[in-house]
Amino acid sequence: MAIPTSSIEQVIPKQGAMAQPAAPRRRRWRFLANGKATTGLAVVVGYVLLAVIGPWIAPYDPDARSGELLQPPSTQHWFGTTHLGQDVFSQVLVGTRGVMLVGLLAGVVATVLSVLVGVTAGYLGGLPDDGLSALSNVFLVIPALPLIIIVTSTITEAGDLVVALVIGFTSWAWGARVLRAQTLSLRRRDYVEAARATGESTWRIIGFEILPNLTAIIASGFVGTVIFAVMSEITLAFIGISSVSPWNWGTILFWAQSQQALAQGAWWWFVPAGLAIALLGTALALINFGIDEFVSPRLRSGGRARIRTADGRTVRMRVGFTPVLAPPATVPAPRTKETTDE
Amino acid sequence: MSYLLRRVGFYLFTAWAALTLNFFIPRLIPGDPVKSLISRYQGQLSTDAINSLYVLFGIDTHDSLWDQYVDYWKQLLHGDLGLSFTAFPAPVSEVILDALPWTLALVGVTTLVSFALGTGLGVLAGWRRGSWVDGLLPATTFLSSVPYFWLGLVAIALLAGPGSFFPSSGGYEPGLVPAPDTIFLGSAVRHSLLPAATILISSMSGWILSMRNMMVTVAAEDYITVAHAKGLPERRVALNYAARNALLPNVAGFALSLGFIVGGTLLVEIVFSYPGLGFLLFRAVQAKDYPLMQGIFLVITLSVLVANLLADVAYLALDPRTRKEG
Repeated sequence: MAIPTSSIEQVIPKQGAMAQPAAPRRRRWRFLANGKATTGLAVVVGYVLLAVIGPWIAPYDPDARSGELLQPPSTQHWFGTTHLGQDVFSQVLVGTRGVMLVGLLAGVVATVLSVLVGVTAGYLGGLPDDGLSALSNVFLVIPALPLIIIVTSTITEAGDLVVALVIGFTSWAWGARVLRAQTLSLRRRDYVEAARATGESTWRIIGFEILPNLTAIIASGFVGTVIFAVMSEITLAFIGISSVSPWNWGTILFWAQSQQALAQGAWWWFVPAGLAIALLGTALALINFGIDEFVSPRLRSGGRARIRTADGRTVRMRVGFTPVLAPPATVPAPRTKETTDE
Repeated sequence: MSYLLRRVGFYLFTAWAALTLNFFIPRLIPGDPVKSLISRYQGQLSTDAINSLYVLFGIDTHDSLWDQYVDYWKQLLHGDLGLSFTAFPAPVSEVILDALPWTLALVGVTTLVSFALGTGLGVLAGWRRGSWVDGLLPATTFLSSVPYFWLGLVAIALLAGPGSFFPSSGGYEPGLVPAPDTIFLGSAVRHSLLPAATILISSMSGWILSMRNMMVTVAAEDYITVAHAKGLPERRVALNYAARNALLPNVAGFALSLGFIVGGTLLVEIVFSYPGLGFLLFRAVQAKDYPLMQGIFLVITLSVLVANLLADVAYLALDPRTRKEG
């Protein structure tokens, strides 16, 4: 995930489906017809559910010690136990709430900021635009993780809320940049000009004419930020910067690392938490793919690329280049021409 | 040229912003963690050292904020980042200079390799949609969703261990003295194989994905159809026509994602106890060594800015449009 997973910025010049006004009703659920998006959404909903009921359905108190030290997974302890005999399965379950809370909260904070900064800059133009763009570019270039580490470690005993706010306030820049670019192209559209000509107020134009057309970009920015926030939060807990008393997956990894789980061969201690993170991250990324493909249908993976023609040749289908299936005799052999180079 | 000048101007501005941020963070936070540290080392610190820490962290000053700010800059321009508490009594700048080459080598090599490999695979995946490379995408997505440090942990558990070829921690054999000879370099390379592979696997999929999507978009352009119609060889169309144009956003993205990669690398270093900046930062955080933490943040930020500038130069070479406009 070197680059933010959304490729929406790259399809902006093409405009694709973005430029269309609100979809008719029968197409409202078309987004869910996309297999990737549905899978991703289902998994995320599952996680949210676990975040709500996790502490209630956890078989053990995650802090409770027992005599069964460092036990491998068994029917009693599905994910095994820690060096103090704590149940890892319960820790993962209880930890889900903190992870989801921080991820979603940071996502909301960053998204609101990016909409405020990006849309304002794109719509107003001129001096405010220069200032806001410079601001978001600065935040884009300064490496986020070291900054988050510095800020969080200066605050003593950083809880979930503080961590979420710090992450939210440092990770809005990418979204703002993408939103600004799209707003710039939207504000000269005919329907916006028409709204302006009828004397609608600036805020009404932004709120009712421009924002609805940015929905897909905002959504994909939100999902991307949630991925980043979850990773950062777990990282902070793993390094031991944020407070380690409430359970989240990073805390589990922190204890596993500091108690030499690796050296003792206790793979069950750190594998479940890591897989939980990876599954959540994959699900969120899938949602983003779904949004991307929804906005720009070209990106969909085309089913069978090779087809066999009647006379036994194979032709590779490609967007923008439609093979002409003519009888072999009449097909000119293109490679034999000499004049075609450049 | 004016493009480059504008970029340099922007990076200078960003550097100023980062340094100013660094000035304000310790001053905005209530409580004086540094002060308690200083009082703990009271007897061993020279007055000069205490003074420089006071300037950096704004403790006990009755000066105006502006005067503090000027002093702070004066001190930074002298290269004085204060004293490190963990490596007491070494100055922060010295401690960082020891660790910097390790991180530079690890990040530099892996980032370039990951970019080249990922972009190459992305070209394949985008050009031959529906082929096996396209089927690779879900797997790489999963791998990139795994935190860097966790992948490192798994790699250690599976591949390293007593008697294994891969050492599980450190930057070189414990007994060796850092020197530019084959024994030391060989040992250093062997120690960096696993960390490098971890970073490579996690960071590559971003490049694959964005390059694939760009290839798909470009492949529908008219000039590609024309190139096909001219009967140019497939390879030539794919590489010289499509990939060359699809590469631009990826290079621009390279600059932007550098900060992200550096963050991930810091974590991998922590897991492997690799003697670079990340591991140093980890130890500084654990020991609450604020001067060292701030110094590392500054050095990382400045390095990322320089790398960004280099990426801009590459962009300049690739995209003639940036050279034309006045």
